[in-house]
Amino acid sequence: MEKFEEKLLEKLTDLHKLPSGAFNLRKNGQAEVRNTTKEIDIVPKKDKSGIDIIVKPNVIGKSVHIPVIISVGGLSDLVYNDFYIGENSDVLIVAGCGIHNATCKTSTHDGIHSFHLEKNSKVRYVERHIGEGEGTGGKILNPVTKCTLKEGAQMIMETTQLGGVTSTVRKTYAKLHNNSRLTIQENILTTDEQTAKTEFKVDLVGKGSGVEVVSHSVARDNSFQEFHSNVIGRNECFGHVECDGILLDNARIISEPKIDAVNKEASLVHEAAIGKIAGDELIKLMTLGLSQKEAEEIIIQGFLLG
Amino acid sequence: MLKNGEKMLKIDKLSYNVKENDKDKEILKDINLSFDENKIYVVTGPNGGGKSTLVKLIMGIINPDSGKIFLDEQDITTLSIDERAKAGISFAFQKPVTFKGLKIKQLLDIASGKTNNVGQSCEYLSAVGLCAKDYIDRPLDDKLSGGEQKRIEIAMVLARGGKVNIFDEPEAGIDLWSFEKLTNIFSSLKSTTTIIVSHQQKILEIADEVILLKNGQIEKVGSYSEVAPLLNQSCAQLK
Ligand SMILES: Nc1ncnc2c1ncn2[C@@H]1O[C@H](COP(=O)(O)OP(=O)(O)OP(=O)(O)O)[C@@H](O)[C@H]1O
Ligand SMILES: [Mg+2]
Repeated sequence: MEKFEEKLLEKLTDLHKLPSGAFNLRKNGQAEVRNTTKEIDIVPKKDKSGIDIIVKPNVIGKSVHIPVIISVGGLSDLVYNDFYIGENSDVLIVAGCGIHNATCKTSTHDGIHSFHLEKNSKVRYVERHIGEGEGTGGKILNPVTKCTLKEGAQMIMETTQLGGVTSTVRKTYAKLHNNSRLTIQENILTTDEQTAKTEFKVDLVGKGSGVEVVSHSVARDNSFQEFHSNVIGRNECFGHVECDGILLDNARIISEPKIDAVNKEASLVHEAAIGKIAGDELIKLMTLGLSQKEAEEIIIQGFLLG
Repeated sequence: MLKNGEKMLKIDKLSYNVKENDKDKEILKDINLSFDENKIYVVTGPNGGGKSTLVKLIMGIINPDSGKIFLDEQDITTLSIDERAKAGISFAFQKPVTFKGLKIKQLLDIASGKTNNVGQSCEYLSAVGLCAKDYIDRPLDDKLSGGEQKRIEIAMVLARGGKVNIFDEPEAGIDLWSFEKLTNIFSSLKSTTTIIVSHQQKILEIADEVILLKNGQIEKVGSYSEVAPLLNQSCAQLK
């Protein structure tokens, strides 16, 4: 790997070297290195590009890293990854894609991820998206995440995209069975002419199931973001969606909430607030000696990373 | 440092108006005040009298229609909030500001202008009666109780260590036991000018000077015993 590729990998995974557990590194449309363990198997798909990640039952405290790197222009990468999480297992999955494009040709990565969480299993899924490189070619990422949570399963999904991605359409679908819980924290920054579109559809079918979505987005320059969420409560369940957006310059954010309590025992809430940085926050930081510009940066950093 | 007889902070013919139905409404009228080093001033008076307006004008959060403000003989009337902060004015809001994602430790670092180790951050928090280790890594957001927010607001001013420290109703929401400690903090702020907006007798009692502000005007400046009789009058009028 080239130096800049190693750096990109580090930004994606927070790892300085290849991790000790199960991992699969995909580079420019090809599997680069792979490691499996006794407890976690990674099997390439036969009919299409992608892998099956199989976590055996009762595997606790283990991790899987499956970063994707694209370091060339003009590449269109489509990949299907399926995650099978065995009963009672509790694992960390780190995914994400970094595109370094120094050319004038667009590169795209579409990752279709399906999660199958068996009874009482737990997953923390961390997904980072990074676009970089001086080239005028687009850096496009379109992730699709489908999750099925069986009884008592829990999934935390943390997705972060902090600039550099020309355009993204992010779709997340989830079906939650009895007493399962899904928590989604999404942090997105767009700048320049970038666009980002997020779509959530969560189907709460199980009794006692619950979903919590917190989306923090910052749009600068002429960028444009859309947030669509659709939470359907078909049982005694709860859903809470919070969409918070900060606008700067000429940017725009649209938030479209939809909540549908099919069952009257469903308790569903959607909160959305979009606007410029709160004046009182700026004033407070200025009374602590920061200039307006410095105060803005700190507020945005905290909002996206805190 | 100031020479003898020089005032730390001076307010000269300060007026502030707001527009109401296209007409100017006077909130503060021709205020003249001066503040010495190493003294505690307590601004008091009926609700809506203009106390918060006065201290916000000193911090630069709002700007006067006429008049001047001097800090250390320097005219600061046109300085921005951060320039005044750098010049040594600190301010604790009546209604504390919360954030989304900024940690208490980070804000104490910003306030003190340095990266504090855990021990130093703890000192600021302990001073306001908070068990530091429970708070340092918490975000300063609206999940904190009103009293907690208020204490951290005060801790940030302590961390700044300014020349002129302003507290707008610091006692609001603070329980009685801690209130005693709070008055000790104010008494111990050495070699600074402390300006406290308050309605509390305990705080009025530690004042070197009490400033009674009513209907946008200074009614009286003097020791607590001098101003106290007038306070009862204001209250009677309020009723
Ligand atoms: N921007 C504004 N527009 C209209 N009226 C204002 C504005 N700012 C202040 N006022 C009015 O000025 C008066 C003084 O307000 P201020 O907040 O200074 O009072 P205060 O003495 O701090 O009162 P309290 O004890 O209730 O905190 C009030 O009548 C208030 O309604
Ligand atoms: Mg007030």
